[in-house]
Amino acid sequence: MWLMRPLQERSTRIFLGVLFASLVIVSVLHVFMPQNSALYVSAYTVTLLGKYLCYALLAVAVDLVWGYLGILSLGHGAFFALGGYAMGMYLMRQIGDRGVYGDPVLPDFMVFLNWQELPWYWLGFDMAWFAFIMVLLAPGLLALVFGFLAFRSRVTGVYLSIITQALTFALMLAFFRNEMGFGGNNGLTDFKDILGFDLRTDATRLGLFIATGIALAIGYVICRGIVTSKLGRVSVACRDAEARTRFLGYRVERVQLFVFVVSAMLAGVAGALYVPQVGIINPSEFSPLFSIEVVVWVALGGRATLYGAVIGAILVNYGKTVFTGIMPDAWLFALGGLFVLVTVFLPKGIAGLLFRTKKADNTDKPPTAHEAIA
Amino acid sequence: MSTFRLLSHLMFACFLLYSSLSHAQVEDTDAQQMLTALADSSFAQKKQVVSQIAGSGDERARGWLESFANNKLGRIESSGQFIIVLDNRGRDWTVESALTGKSLGEMSRRDIDTIRANNALRKELESILSVIDLNSPEEQIRLTAARALKGGVDDALAEQLPEWMSNEQSDSVRAALAEALAIYKVEEQGDIAAVATLSGSLNSQARAALQQAMRSDDDALVAAATGAMASIERKLKLNRAAETLYFGLSLGSVLVLAAIGLAITFGVMGVINMAHGELMMLGAYTTWGMQQLLPGQPGLALILSIPAGFLVAALAGIAIERTVIQHLKGRPLETLLATFGVSLILQQLVRTLISPLNRTVITPDWMSGSVMINEALSLTLNRLYVIGFALVVFAGLMLIMRKTRLGLEVRAVTQNRAMARSMGIKATRVDILTFALGSGVAGLAGVALSQITNVGPNLGQSYIIDSFMVVVFGGVGNLWGTLLAGMTLGTLNQLLEPWAGAVLAKILVLVFIILFIQKRPRGLFPQKGRAAEG
Repeated sequence: MWLMRPLQERSTRIFLGVLFASLVIVSVLHVFMPQNSALYVSAYTVTLLGKYLCYALLAVAVDLVWGYLGILSLGHGAFFALGGYAMGMYLMRQIGDRGVYGDPVLPDFMVFLNWQELPWYWLGFDMAWFAFIMVLLAPGLLALVFGFLAFRSRVTGVYLSIITQALTFALMLAFFRNEMGFGGNNGLTDFKDILGFDLRTDATRLGLFIATGIALAIGYVICRGIVTSKLGRVSVACRDAEARTRFLGYRVERVQLFVFVVSAMLAGVAGALYVPQVGIINPSEFSPLFSIEVVVWVALGGRATLYGAVIGAILVNYGKTVFTGIMPDAWLFALGGLFVLVTVFLPKGIAGLLFRTKKADNTDKPPTAHEAIA
Repeated sequence: MSTFRLLSHLMFACFLLYSSLSHAQVEDTDAQQMLTALADSSFAQKKQVVSQIAGSGDERARGWLESFANNKLGRIESSGQFIIVLDNRGRDWTVESALTGKSLGEMSRRDIDTIRANNALRKELESILSVIDLNSPEEQIRLTAARALKGGVDDALAEQLPEWMSNEQSDSVRAALAEALAIYKVEEQGDIAAVATLSGSLNSQARAALQQAMRSDDDALVAAATGAMASIERKLKLNRAAETLYFGLSLGSVLVLAAIGLAITFGVMGVINMAHGELMMLGAYTTWGMQQLLPGQPGLALILSIPAGFLVAALAGIAIERTVIQHLKGRPLETLLATFGVSLILQQLVRTLISPLNRTVITPDWMSGSVMINEALSLTLNRLYVIGFALVVFAGLMLIMRKTRLGLEVRAVTQNRAMARSMGIKATRVDILTFALGSGVAGLAGVALSQITNVGPNLGQSYIIDSFMVVVFGGVGNLWGTLLAGMTLGTLNQLLEPWAGAVLAKILVLVFIILFIQKRPRGLFPQKGRAAEG
């Protein structure tokens, strides 16, 4: 079975081992350490770590398409945000009549805007199972339609990057509109509970953190399973020499579409886990800057390694937390510098630094066809 | 009231027939007396004084009455000297003498007694002023006054108008007067003959008059007015279309300016420069800087910032090319990321060094205001300049690419780098120059943008996605494609805006491009042959 194969790999086992060990350590330190101990992990930190893990899952999704399919998506934030909105809608409906206006059905912002009834696309989101399916389905469908159109007409490379950026930009503009029924620029917030658990209690936060860790583990295994399968090898072939793969008789656009949709769904899950932890979802998650930032996490960690994406996401976001705390103005300098330094001096990222001596395996990118000619 | 108006107009008109207004001045003592009467009498009496002043034939009378209407005529409390206030903002007002026109510098507003007018008086003054203007030797002033009369003609004036029209030399002034008279006739008398004059008029007063006529009991009049109205509606529609087209072209030319530099770096060199928007921002800030260096001369500063903006952006472009892009040759996706990093750094640099807030760039006098084509259509001048500027820049670039040695080398390197090099072309030098050229054009775009939008650190960001869309839509490496695509997208945006709203229009345009790319993945004008397989 393709999903079992990764579990036999050493790298996957190490990754899962480290991940689960950190989950356990953080949980133990949070639950059993006295609050005044130096080793105590506060609920705030747990949520922060949970947020990093969401970003890590998003980075893994981006690495799947960029590292193994050669598609630089500058619009994965859109899938992330769509998953987040699906979850946000569920959480909104869970508020019930505890909102400021006390309307049992309509969320506060709709009452505020004088809406009389729930728009049709909000129906069903009061049921958890429906919302959770939509977390996968909404970004998946968008990726399916968008990918079908793009790959069918062989839009690739830089063009695709720019078009994905336009996609997320257009969605951001759309979600900023109050008429869309997603809360305009305030987004969805003031969540109360999820599946009956109060979101403000420490136990729920810890639970979400652990759930995120498990989702990351599953996502990682799925990606690893895909890239080690035959389909994964074809996708690497598409990345390195698309035309040649096509001439060999593979249906390149199908492979691309499949991988792209899986990646979008993973991004959606990451977004869905992100929203209850940060307590808000608004259109800024659609901003092109965020999507492109994700790419730099992957680039820093090391493209086409998957675990590199996790390392990169956690490192950059930790850096962001630290920087914005002590000197907020310097963060954009640091991020901008990171973009330049990583691409110019660290083409293989941190993972490349760690394993510099190791013989390049098949995940290393050989020169592409026209590079070889040039 | 109306008898008074009638009287005053008649008196005044009689006077006009016998004397020439142009260069007469009454004795200063008389003037002082009249102004004192104006200042000290009740509102009812002021009316008489006003017509006395108007009838005096003094060349300064117009200035007095106009400033009186605007509450800018005053008297210095201590000396009793009459003044005209030039600038009444703030605590100290700039004033000049009403009698001699000599500047008196600034004066505390507490020392000035403003002579007040009420609304009834102001209305009176308005028509008196326009009558004075109608007798001005300047045709432009007469024309403006004649246009202002539309809808403001009363019985007394209507009697005078035919005579003035026969004395009038200029056709356009006469036409305006005829229209003013026709509006009066349709409105007050339901004159069918006059309806014909109004047919095709774009004046809103004329439409109001016709609408009133359409509600009358006279069937013939209603029919005539309805016909005239229909022809007006047709003309209005045409004008609205022209206006939309103008806004579209103006937006389009901004897009062309923003995208054309990109078309060179992206299209010709294959380099994705995400910092292109920030190079535009540098150009805009250069304009601002120039205006800071040359205070009081915004026009000169603007002209000087055209070469300066080009240079600043070109130098920044060379720096980016040397430090980042040349190390990433053949890796377009990495170039995209690295230049995006550069754009973040440049933005933050401006925020830190200058200010995170928008800077004000002054529009020089010769660029503000608008050209009036007709009463329903006026074109703002600054946008007209930007359209012209975009076309000039486009033509210049076209010339460089087609007619110069550099252009030839650039095209050679684009088509086949290895072959060009073996023919002795220094490809690295060409790269640098091309990039400098593209960046410099971005700087020019920034200079132009500073005249129509806010100059702030986010200026570039808001245009980068749009300009990439233009390049992709037009076809990479094709300047004509960029021009056509920019203008098309600009016009499309403006066409959609009225019924979809600004944001939705933008979204629709983006969706349109995404779909268009499906049909023609390489844009409107794709590159052909081996060069396209890059």
